[in-house]
Amino acid sequence: MEIIKTDVAIVGAGGAGLRAAIALAEADPKIRIALISKVYPMRSHTCAAEGGAAGVIKPDDSLDLHFNDTVGGGDWLCDQDAVEYFINEAPKELIQLEHWGCPWSREPDGSVAVRPFGGRKIKRTWFAADKSGFHILHTLFQTSLKYPTIQRFDEYYATDLLVDDGRCQGFTALEIRSGQMKQFQAQAVIIAGGGGGRMFPFTTNGAIKTGDGMALAYRAGVPLKDMEFVQYHPTGLPNTGILLTEGCRGEGGILVNKHGRRYLQDYGMGPETPVGQPVLKTMELGPRDRLSQAFWHEQKKGNTVSTKWGDCVLLDMRHLGEKKINERLPFVRDLSISYLGMDPVKEPIPIRPVVHYMMGGIHTDIQAATPLPGLFAAGECACVSINGANRLGSNSLTELLVFGRRAALSAIAHVQSGLATSNDAALAAKAQDSENRIRALFAKSQGTDSIAGLRKEMMHTMEEGAGIYRTGEELAKTCDKIAELRQRYAGIALHDKTSVYNTDLLQALELGSMLDCAEAVAVGARDRTESRGAHQRLDFTARDDQNFLKHTLAYYHPTEPPRLDYLDVVITKSQPGVRDYSGAKK
Amino acid sequence: MSERQIQLEVLRYNPETDSAPRFQTYAVPCLNEWVVLDALNYVKENLDPTLSYRWSCHMAVCGSCGMMINGEPKLGCKAFIHEYGDSIRVEPLAHFPIERDLVTVVEDFIAKLASVKPYLIPREDQPISAGEFKQTPAELMKFKQYTLCINCMLCYAACPQYGLVPEFVGPAALALAHRYNQDSRDGGRDQRQEVVASDEGVWECSFVGACSEVCPKHVDPAGALQQIKVASTIDWYKEHLMPWVKK
Repeated sequence: MEIIKTDVAIVGAGGAGLRAAIALAEADPKIRIALISKVYPMRSHTCAAEGGAAGVIKPDDSLDLHFNDTVGGGDWLCDQDAVEYFINEAPKELIQLEHWGCPWSREPDGSVAVRPFGGRKIKRTWFAADKSGFHILHTLFQTSLKYPTIQRFDEYYATDLLVDDGRCQGFTALEIRSGQMKQFQAQAVIIAGGGGGRMFPFTTNGAIKTGDGMALAYRAGVPLKDMEFVQYHPTGLPNTGILLTEGCRGEGGILVNKHGRRYLQDYGMGPETPVGQPVLKTMELGPRDRLSQAFWHEQKKGNTVSTKWGDCVLLDMRHLGEKKINERLPFVRDLSISYLGMDPVKEPIPIRPVVHYMMGGIHTDIQAATPLPGLFAAGECACVSINGANRLGSNSLTELLVFGRRAALSAIAHVQSGLATSNDAALAAKAQDSENRIRALFAKSQGTDSIAGLRKEMMHTMEEGAGIYRTGEELAKTCDKIAELRQRYAGIALHDKTSVYNTDLLQALELGSMLDCAEAVAVGARDRTESRGAHQRLDFTARDDQNFLKHTLAYYHPTEPPRLDYLDVVITKSQPGVRDYSGAKK
Repeated sequence: MSERQIQLEVLRYNPETDSAPRFQTYAVPCLNEWVVLDALNYVKENLDPTLSYRWSCHMAVCGSCGMMINGEPKLGCKAFIHEYGDSIRVEPLAHFPIERDLVTVVEDFIAKLASVKPYLIPREDQPISAGEFKQTPAELMKFKQYTLCINCMLCYAACPQYGLVPEFVGPAALALAHRYNQDSRDGGRDQRQEVVASDEGVWECSFVGACSEVCPKHVDPAGALQQIKVASTIDWYKEHLMPWVKK
């Protein structure tokens, strides 16, 4: 097996991975950097983020306000020391991106423009029309081309971490193009592999979002944290799950039910605000968890509009006018016309909640370090946690910059800490084990289950048990089902026996990642007998700070469900309180 | 939702077993609102797990699923079944070597992107503490269109010149150079000219305009290339006829 030696290896080349790579290259041109991704960097799902990135920049805003919005939005499950670090770094990172050429939208005086977003007291979301993630990703990718020390390995799929002498020293990866396994030896590894929304059937996530980075760490013994918190974005196109940004509501779009009523006022987010004059932290500018939950209740009451794609509510943007929609929301208009055949300038758009983001992920501390020495993580795959039980829109694009850079700085410190010489023979033996595992999977042909079949069953049970509202009974069924699917996974059939670009093998590996992560979601949700943020239990409807002001930690077991442990939330200055989204009352 | 049976004729090529590419036809029951990518996913999930192709976002922004559909470069996720008859032919993007099935080798394109120094070379350095560079909406509009490229490579598949002269830097990479040249914060045009204004740069372009016609994001690379040609011509005149005038 070919051995590639480097100093720091990064798994994933989306926003967080690229930001980490640039930070490493800038810090020290002597550091060798290997940037590995299963896709070319600009295909990473950061490109699909639309609305923007939050950071305090305007004189009417303050770090305290950003802190309060984030911690309250996260239903007090955020680690407050991490949030404080995050909001302090946020403006610097966004300015840095501006200096690298990001085409942020502007005010007439040439300063960057900000827009309102859900759950925020003040406008602080920097945006580049409604393609903010796309522009961030391409700016980072293009900037990364400046640095000769960033060596890219595009279309490599990382399969197993190599842990020896109690620390992470690299990983094995499949070169997709050749089908060959490679051993990456590194003194530090940063995982930036994104989320795993594809474990659900209806999601804004692209096909590549299969939780591979999370599973990579999890299988090496690193706990996954708070996996039960899965964010539904309230406004997805009903046929495809394509995202219509929260910017639609930030700019003044309203949500109505089949009676034309702005139903959010019936769920503690009113009183109704004037159409076209959005009031911050009120009505349509409430947080995502509350809006998605309100949809569920409207559906139960029979207030939703029935369409050929299922029950929907309507997102009405007509009053914004064609000029503003073209300027601020051109992509939303294009997507609605192309994929639904409806023009938001002329008609209300049917939408429904759709799985969008995972608050949980690889357990890291405020330095982006995992409990395994030498292993760091950043971006959606990681859980620091700044998002708590519910992420505020436009915090995640900033998060991948702040913690992508933080992971790089921590990795450098680790590399420079005087590490022992690695035991090449021990690493080679572990790499061989990994190759044997992949070869065995590749050779499977007598199995009874298909990859697509198991995947469908997984998605179905996740939607049934781990959706917007959950019960102990349904979750227990989902846990059993996932456990069963993990067993049946051993008996899948692989039909493609070609080494070159074998997507059958890739999908099998991705399914394995998703099943491992899905079990952590379901078991974590079953045992969290309270309701908090995006985790809502019909059988335990209240938040329980006595017992659950805690992070869930799920530890992997190869054949059994994960073992759970709990960790206290870090509270520094904000005691758990009431989440109030009725700003207009005051 | 109406359903229609489509004959999906897909180019197959397995470098380990095939001496040459061949076509394989699948009967796919398609919903009318589907895109061609949905039909391929149907094949992959239900009929033939060995079919290889790239895709991810299904919303025309990641740029993965460029392919020839009935001979035209298209994004598979934005080619609607209802715009086609009962038979649809799908092939890998033209002008790129085939890796396997619909997967092409794209290293040449990536290298060309990198060759034009597609990053901001600041006119003046400014520390982070000094805040953002000011840029008015009008200044942003001068280059905004050229930032919208998703690197899907449809323009390379459409460009007859790239088919004939593989050294041609090509539409997307040149439009990206133009994007930075036009950015009010940038001062790096001279550094990019070496590649941009070379024989393999803009002067290779024969202005067929096919690149702009197939662009799914309306970037108009052809327009960018013409602007570069005009600016480069002015450079030449200044340099050769009026050497006392500084660029």
